[in-house]
Amino acid sequence: MATTATRTAKPSAPPQTELERRMLRQMLLIRRFEEKAAEAYALGKIGGFCHLYIGQEAVGVGSLAALRADDYVISSYREHGQALARGVPANAVMAELYGKATGCSSGKGGSMHLFDAGRRFLGGHGIVGGHIPLAAGIGFAIRYKKGDQVCICYFGEAAVNIGAFHEALNMASVYKLPVIFCCENNRYGMGTAFERVAAVTDVVEHACSYDMAAEVVDGMDALAVYAATERAADRARNGGHPTLLEVRTYRYMGHSMSDPLHGVYRTKEEVEEQRKRDPISQLALKLKQEGALDDAALEALDAEVRAETDEATRFAEQSPDPDPAELTTHVLAD
Amino acid sequence: MATLTYRDALNQALREEMQRDPNVFLMGEEVGVYQGAYKVSRGLLEEFGPQRIVDTPIAELGFAGIGVGAAMAGLRPVIEFMTWNFAVLALDQIVNSAAKILYESGGQVPIPIVFRGPNGAALQLAAQHSQAWESWLSHIPGLKVVAPATPADAKGLLKSAIRDNNPVIVLEGEMLYNIKGEVPEGEHIVPIGRAEVKRPGSVTVALKAAEQLAGQGASAEVLDLRSLRPLDEAAILDSVARTNRAVVVEEGWPHCGIGAQVVDVIQRDAFDQLDAPVLRVTQADVPMPYNKQLERLAKPSPERVVAAARRVLYLD
Repeated sequence: MATTATRTAKPSAPPQTELERRMLRQMLLIRRFEEKAAEAYALGKIGGFCHLYIGQEAVGVGSLAALRADDYVISSYREHGQALARGVPANAVMAELYGKATGCSSGKGGSMHLFDAGRRFLGGHGIVGGHIPLAAGIGFAIRYKKGDQVCICYFGEAAVNIGAFHEALNMASVYKLPVIFCCENNRYGMGTAFERVAAVTDVVEHACSYDMAAEVVDGMDALAVYAATERAADRARNGGHPTLLEVRTYRYMGHSMSDPLHGVYRTKEEVEEQRKRDPISQLALKLKQEGALDDAALEALDAEVRAETDEATRFAEQSPDPDPAELTTHVLAD
Repeated sequence: MATLTYRDALNQALREEMQRDPNVFLMGEEVGVYQGAYKVSRGLLEEFGPQRIVDTPIAELGFAGIGVGAAMAGLRPVIEFMTWNFAVLALDQIVNSAAKILYESGGQVPIPIVFRGPNGAALQLAAQHSQAWESWLSHIPGLKVVAPATPADAKGLLKSAIRDNNPVIVLEGEMLYNIKGEVPEGEHIVPIGRAEVKRPGSVTVALKAAEQLAGQGASAEVLDLRSLRPLDEAAILDSVARTNRAVVVEEGWPHCGIGAQVVDVIQRDAFDQLDAPVLRVTQADVPMPYNKQLERLAKPSPERVVAAARRVLYLD
């Protein structure tokens, strides 16, 4: 009892290796989950659009590890990884991709609209950049209620060309809203290289227009993302200042499952070159060098997350479709 | 009962609801320091402070989205558009965010928000500033849409809209802000989804037409829909059962208009009661011209309503 009391009296960040192990596990889980999703999509078990997070795992995992359970998370349609990193059970995410009643949005949202209000995971939004003002609104509500939470908002670099991005950043800065705008710069909006359609190619520079703090972050390094998010969260909690993070990352897969991995817009060689910076391999290597992980332990971890994704797939396949009566529920609230 | 203008009735509703619920706030262009472009928010900044009466930049998409986000996190925003013409810039947030999030989240995230502002043509404001958006907005599942025509309804419907747990569109008549009428004090609630038979004496096109018809020996019942979504179908059918004919009047354009929806209800459920085809009076199917004479020709008028009524009565 005394030991426990002493521990709780001195809260501290999780020991570094523990944090690194936790992040490694989450990244592996996301990687294996997305591979399973790709298989299920190819078999026609997942429909519609399905945008995978493979290659970008360090962004969602590193940033969410730095935030609290009462903070808010909002994202675009490429959000499976962030939902898993937030702790939404793999079963509920996979069941949602399958459109099943047990999905985290009851089968009504699908891949692009994952919600878990209890975990303050507020979507899953399908219009590029359309959710960025929503994040500012969540930040507005936090400030209105005098809370010390933050809202983190994920979007791709292509969203930076949308008016909603600029309107939201301006107002977040004017109203001093506790929002972390986390731009996952994976270099391509679908099949269009960012430099072909953006006059300013360093996203971070847009922060100057809105008098906002900003950082460029290596998105293949979960620890760098963690540290930058922690700084941004401190800034938000102490005075409500927003931050723009430009997190440079890379997507290994096509824009969605309907799109090619490479071809007209990028070369196979480029994808292979980028894979050498793989966020999972990098963190595993670091843990090995620190003597905190060996090959056997890594294999065991991989087997563990594979079992979890196998179970998620089994759960999704065996779950029922929504009842036909669900068609007309939740159009309006009571 | 006090006699108030339509704008002051709206002001009273806002004030009372903000006093009642600390989560209600008003956001929009010129709502605070300037006291509102149409003075609907007069005095509210002084009473509630800048935290709850929030001036915005000219960024309709942005502040509509901030409203929806604030609703997602538990507040009850009232978003004022200087006019609904400008709100077209915010349609992505109204249609793709506000109207969808409850459904696509499987019921987890309600969006209690009001979008309000003046709708329809005023005088000689030309094509971009003279539009009636009711059929666009009423098309969208997940929204409620109301259009009060009297000061009492303006107060009662705005109060209902603010208390509703859904996105509610309040279409205020741009030409109605100065009209006066009796408004019950305090807790005066007009439920959303109920039409009302209106008495003569008001200024609306339909009531003026009814007065003219009375002078010609024809009695017309004027049913004010008030709510466009949900539509009070029972009240429409009751009215047709009494008169056996109908003329549907609206401010917007004819193609896919609200009147088309009303005609659908009547032909489906009152077919056997009709003694004449249902006629519609709408704005001319053109962008609104600037010229005063042309503008008059474009708008629905009591004369055109009378002419339509005489046709369904086979008087002409």
